[in-house]
Amino acid sequence: MGGYILKRLLSAIPVLLGITVIVFLIMAMIPGDPATAILGSYATPENVARLNRFLGLDEPLWRQYFIWLGNMLQGDFGRSFALNRPVLDEILDRFSATLILAGTAFVLCALLGVIAGTISAARQYGFADKAITFVVILGISVPSFFLGMMMILIFAVQLRWFPVSGMYSIWGGGDLPDLIRHLTMPAIALSVVATGVVARLSRGAMLEVLRQDFIRTARAKGVHERRVIWGHALRAAMVSIIPVLGIQAGFVLSGAVYIEMVFQWPGVGRMLVDAILKRDILLVQGGVVFIAACYVGFNIVVDVAQAWLDPRIKT
Amino acid sequence: MSLFLKLLFRNRLAGFGAVVLGVIVLLALLTPILPLHPPNETNTANRYLRPLSDGHLLGTDHLGRDLLSRLLWGTRLSLAVGFAAALIAGLAGAAIGVIAGYFGGRTDNVTMRGIDMLMAFPYILLALAIVAVLGPGLLNALIAVAVVNIPFFARNIRGVTVGIAHREFIDAARLAGMGHTRILLTEVVPNIVPVVVIAMSTTIGWMILETAGLSFLGLGSQPPQADLGSMLGEARSALITAPHTSIVPGVMILLIVMSVNLLGDGIRDALDPRLRSGALARPMAATRVERREVPAAQGEGFLRIDALETQFQVGRRIYKAVNKVSLDLQPGECLGLIGESGSGKSVTALSVMGLVASPPGVITGGAVRLEGKDLIGAPYELLRSLRGRKVAYIFQDPLSTLHPLYRIGDQLIEAIRVHEPVSHGEAHKRAVKLLEDVRIPNAAARVRAYPHELSGGMRQRVGIAMALANDPDIIIADEPTTALDVTVQAQILALLDELRQRRGLAILFITHDFGVVGQLCDRVAVMYGGRIVETGPTQDVLEGPAHPYTKRLIACVPELGGGRRILAAIPGLPPAVDQLPEGCAFAPRCDKAQDACRRGEIELKGETRKVRCLYPEVAP
Repeated sequence: MGGYILKRLLSAIPVLLGITVIVFLIMAMIPGDPATAILGSYATPENVARLNRFLGLDEPLWRQYFIWLGNMLQGDFGRSFALNRPVLDEILDRFSATLILAGTAFVLCALLGVIAGTISAARQYGFADKAITFVVILGISVPSFFLGMMMILIFAVQLRWFPVSGMYSIWGGGDLPDLIRHLTMPAIALSVVATGVVARLSRGAMLEVLRQDFIRTARAKGVHERRVIWGHALRAAMVSIIPVLGIQAGFVLSGAVYIEMVFQWPGVGRMLVDAILKRDILLVQGGVVFIAACYVGFNIVVDVAQAWLDPRIKT
Repeated sequence: MSLFLKLLFRNRLAGFGAVVLGVIVLLALLTPILPLHPPNETNTANRYLRPLSDGHLLGTDHLGRDLLSRLLWGTRLSLAVGFAAALIAGLAGAAIGVIAGYFGGRTDNVTMRGIDMLMAFPYILLALAIVAVLGPGLLNALIAVAVVNIPFFARNIRGVTVGIAHREFIDAARLAGMGHTRILLTEVVPNIVPVVVIAMSTTIGWMILETAGLSFLGLGSQPPQADLGSMLGEARSALITAPHTSIVPGVMILLIVMSVNLLGDGIRDALDPRLRSGALARPMAATRVERREVPAAQGEGFLRIDALETQFQVGRRIYKAVNKVSLDLQPGECLGLIGESGSGKSVTALSVMGLVASPPGVITGGAVRLEGKDLIGAPYELLRSLRGRKVAYIFQDPLSTLHPLYRIGDQLIEAIRVHEPVSHGEAHKRAVKLLEDVRIPNAAARVRAYPHELSGGMRQRVGIAMALANDPDIIIADEPTTALDVTVQAQILALLDELRQRRGLAILFITHDFGVVGQLCDRVAVMYGGRIVETGPTQDVLEGPAHPYTKRLIACVPELGGGRRILAAIPGLPPAVDQLPEGCAFAPRCDKAQDACRRGEIELKGETRKVRCLYPEVAP
């Protein structure tokens, strides 16, 4: 197992490098030069040239890339000109909020999705299956931002069960119950689409597995049907469900953008949108690399979980 | 095509999606000629009018603009953008996929590594990065959404193309001297078009959703132009005071995406041949029973099967896999059930404990009596408590019949503990003992092995050990040696025989090999086309087969050393059990068949030896 984890970690290095190359190239395609953007259109050519030299933008592209990469490896993601603070500090400040939101939504979508999909498959064509299928179709079709807005309207404004927005109350908040009260609606709104996708694929994977011979063997042994479904079949189906969970983790992580906008959640996504609108390129660049790297890391976790579950992979 | 449409509309949800989407698209197309307010005409005196106000069916927004008009123009825009994005992503992705898949080798490698890189990004993030570069704007949002979806298409299409690129007709085209471009355009592309269309129809909903999302964030369409996403984005600040300005565009997005998804699913399902045949149905915990009457017991027997009928009902077709089969098994006896593939022998065996996959399997008649108690239609809990404890099964291919992800020890322990409340440690000890009983060397270590770590023969020993776990009275062995090579086969048979002697087991042994029957079984029953055609003591049947089919079947067994018999295959194919001929099912393949053989019901006649034949080889 240790060997497998190491192998998987090493294989992530080229992917991470590829990500930095892609992000760098995308950002390099920006028309106009950043110095003008920072100094404004009334800047003198001398000032623009000096800032370009200061930012290292007069170097050839490949050197710029390696300088940028080298700096990032040392924890220097550059400075956000709009916020006038180091990019990494800003990202780290914001990331915990996104992680709490996306993490909760991910756990919700994994649990509810797998459970719903399994029930659906076990009761194929029955009432539960039809009901779940209907809800799932509704779930994967609703824009998360619209759902979030409707939840605010109903549960915050009308019923007053939850606060309208934000992460903590301004007065007297800040503890865990306060966080949970603020977190509930955004986490649910964020998880709905992913839950639908997971439920759908879990149902398919379960149906596939339930036709296998080893399920008949389990039944022939006299194993109780509940255990056949939730033990034997689900265990085998997880092998194809887990990669889907990995994809959904990325979806939840980046889909958090919308939810953070709707619920005024102080996360990375909102930071990115603000940065794009202000054309704060270094902040966008750093944020994208950071989130993508996290996603790569999470995918390693997914692969390791997969290998732990399926002994046939490790060799 | 008409079949496709029929299948599509049989799926009511897909039909519903098609209708809703059709209406929306029609409205969007007609928008320019409908008598609507101009979408950008502001009137600050009429801000936030509620729906159903005078002259404004859906009310007005924060600038007093008519919501209905804006909704329809926005829908037009969103549909166009979503469709365009799907088209661009589909075409670009397909082009990349076809080239990578067709040329293979390095082209393929480099392209697909690049695609993998793109897929390493969470995908809204990539769209954001692209918009960051291009700047906010509807066209840029469209490009961003199209680009992030290219990898999905490229991957899918590449897979399909790789499959096609190695087919004969491509080789033929190449040999005929056609250039790559021509082969790609005339041979490859026509074959992948349906795949691209399906992929597009299932993703277009996403693309509409994603562009709406970017517009919602203010990164897509810029005022005063508005698609549904930016309408929602603008309405957000007035969510609480004027919720209808949010609800109107939001519900429209939901309707569009849902109808597209329903239709897309319908198209995919209608094109999936597995769904048509019902092959995706999952078998239930016990076989469905639809029995009108219970036949009387026709004699004694520890296990008695009386006039069992099991069918497979697929659509309107009915396959009579088991047709009034009666068998009996005494304690300690070994009964061989023999026949070709599809003769119904396995289905007979699986019917005993309700293990026939259902759907499509249905037990429509007969009785299975264990110690006199009828099990057909018995409550699930009773059936379950008997499975493995009284009647255990050994299946054919131990690789697919053992759970691939559980250690064999755990599978044995489970088999013990479902019926006996012993501790885990105790069960573990017994599991090791069982493995020793079936002669697995080094059993104490092997309990920790996974099925894929064992050889075929070892796996089948595990299968036998599992069947023995609860000391059952009856073992039903469904071709337990068919998947094994000959030397291993002999070992397994010897083991079964020994276990039978030592434990007094009754065995129902299913096989297509008379050689195996001769080694192990006291009596034999021959099945053909779902019916028993001959039965009797093994030795008698072997020496003087009465049914012509039995005779041919025995002739199929090669003989070691002697070589007095002619080894002969049986001409023709076993009958399809959904359209059995009248009279004797074997008649079409029988060289002794007379006209009488093709008429009416032919009885199974005789005392200890019975035969279902009008002109038996020997008198029974």
